[in-house]
Amino acid sequence: MNTVLSLAGVVIKELYRRKDFYVLFVLTALITLLLGSVNLFNDPKIVRYLKDVCLLLVWISSLVIAIGTAARQIPAELESRTIFPLLAKPVTRGQLIAGKFLGCWLACGIALVIFYLFFAVISGVRETRWPVFNYAQALWLHWVMLGIVIAGVLLGSVVFSAPSANATICFVMVAGILLLGGHLNSVAVRQPEPIRTITYLVYFLIPHLEWFDLRDLVIYDQDLVAWWALGLATLYAMSYVGVLVVGGWLVFCRKTLTT
Amino acid sequence: MPNVVEITDLQVEYGAGSGGRTPKKALRGLNLSVGAGEVFGFLGPNGAGKTTTMNVLLGFVQPSGGSARLFGVDVREPIARQRIGYLPELAYYYKFLSAEELLRFYAGVFGIPRAERDRRIDSLLKLVELDHARDRPIKTYSKGMQQRVGLAQALINDPDLLILDEPTSGLDPLGRMKVREIIQQLKAEGKTVFFSSHELGEVETVCDRVAIIHEGLLKVEGRIHDLVAKYHCDLERIFLTLIGYEPQRAQ
Repeated sequence: MNTVLSLAGVVIKELYRRKDFYVLFVLTALITLLLGSVNLFNDPKIVRYLKDVCLLLVWISSLVIAIGTAARQIPAELESRTIFPLLAKPVTRGQLIAGKFLGCWLACGIALVIFYLFFAVISGVRETRWPVFNYAQALWLHWVMLGIVIAGVLLGSVVFSAPSANATICFVMVAGILLLGGHLNSVAVRQPEPIRTITYLVYFLIPHLEWFDLRDLVIYDQDLVAWWALGLATLYAMSYVGVLVVGGWLVFCRKTLTT
Repeated sequence: MPNVVEITDLQVEYGAGSGGRTPKKALRGLNLSVGAGEVFGFLGPNGAGKTTTMNVLLGFVQPSGGSARLFGVDVREPIARQRIGYLPELAYYYKFLSAEELLRFYAGVFGIPRAERDRRIDSLLKLVELDHARDRPIKTYSKGMQQRVGLAQALINDPDLLILDEPTSGLDPLGRMKVREIIQQLKAEGKTVFFSSHELGEVETVCDRVAIIHEGLLKVEGRIHDLVAKYHCDLERIFLTLIGYEPQRAQ
């Protein structure tokens, strides 16, 4: 466990020493503050639009950070050859993948906490109410969803040699699942065989990232999600994380490394 | 007491089983052993199989035949690498970390307790003369400094066996001398050092024993003064003769 934690620590240090997070946070903050400073249409519920835009920016930023960070981990280790002194120590490839996953996930968690704190302060100042548990649930499911994304990107990073290709493919897939994943079953009904079966298969195989999106509940001040549902969603996510991380490890174990 | 490094009939083929290509035999039944406390020079021209042998010892490459053991443990077991330190030919480290952070990270990988970790990092940074630059990011270091931080990371677990891949490659004379001094200091402490180099003068200075390989085969192995006495010439001439270099024909 020491090894995995040490590897994760390096990933976290890398994130806060790079500019990506700061640029995305400043952009999100600037756009949100700019929108918050104007009172469009004299609408008393304008704060909902502000929350909507801010949460959308937080989602986009978090996906950029998660995919960008995870996609470069293994390829950068191979390209800069830092992997050799590392694997020359009693570190297994499984520990390396686990450490990279944990590091990316924790780093994204830290970034998410900062983003949600900013969101809570902005919406709290405008609404003068603090639905802390709603925000905590949204943050938790958002973070758990990023776990699936990071595990998938890590698997991609040991399959594809170019991090940019991997990041692009993963970004398109994640966007596709978030936008269309929930509608695939409706599409399947209208298709002839065998496309119907194939579409259903895809629907049941893909991780439904859209289930982790609580933005509407937060924006429209809905009740809390049942805690058992939250637990089930977490279990669902962890099972995908497990499969993807093990897949990444199996592919990585078959890779020949030469100095 | 078993040998520290024990290589028996080691064979490595690259490209085997991929798309009908003829596999390239990098090692063709290499036999080698290194005893405890020896400084062992591993020599050969480019493409001879030195790096492949080191890659097998470090677990990066799976042999297609034969076996390699470190301290009696098969090199495929991660535990075999618990007591070794490895310095690659060129410095490959996380450039956003400082020397101290890098050493802290590697010490964490070995699970060295915090108090012991601090003490060891201090003494290693003093040994490689990087104490003054311990907080600076590695990306600001000169090549010599990066090589020395590499040596420090290779020593973080107080290894019994050091595997050094051309440790003085690209260093200025002062840098080379410092690395040589450190190797000699390690030898005095009873550590085993296995290193490859193209600098035959350096090998003659620090090594107890050498092996020369060519085209994946061991050509000769023995104590330097025994080889010099046997072939009646210096190490460089022995090396050139064994790899089939004929000066007249070249002229």
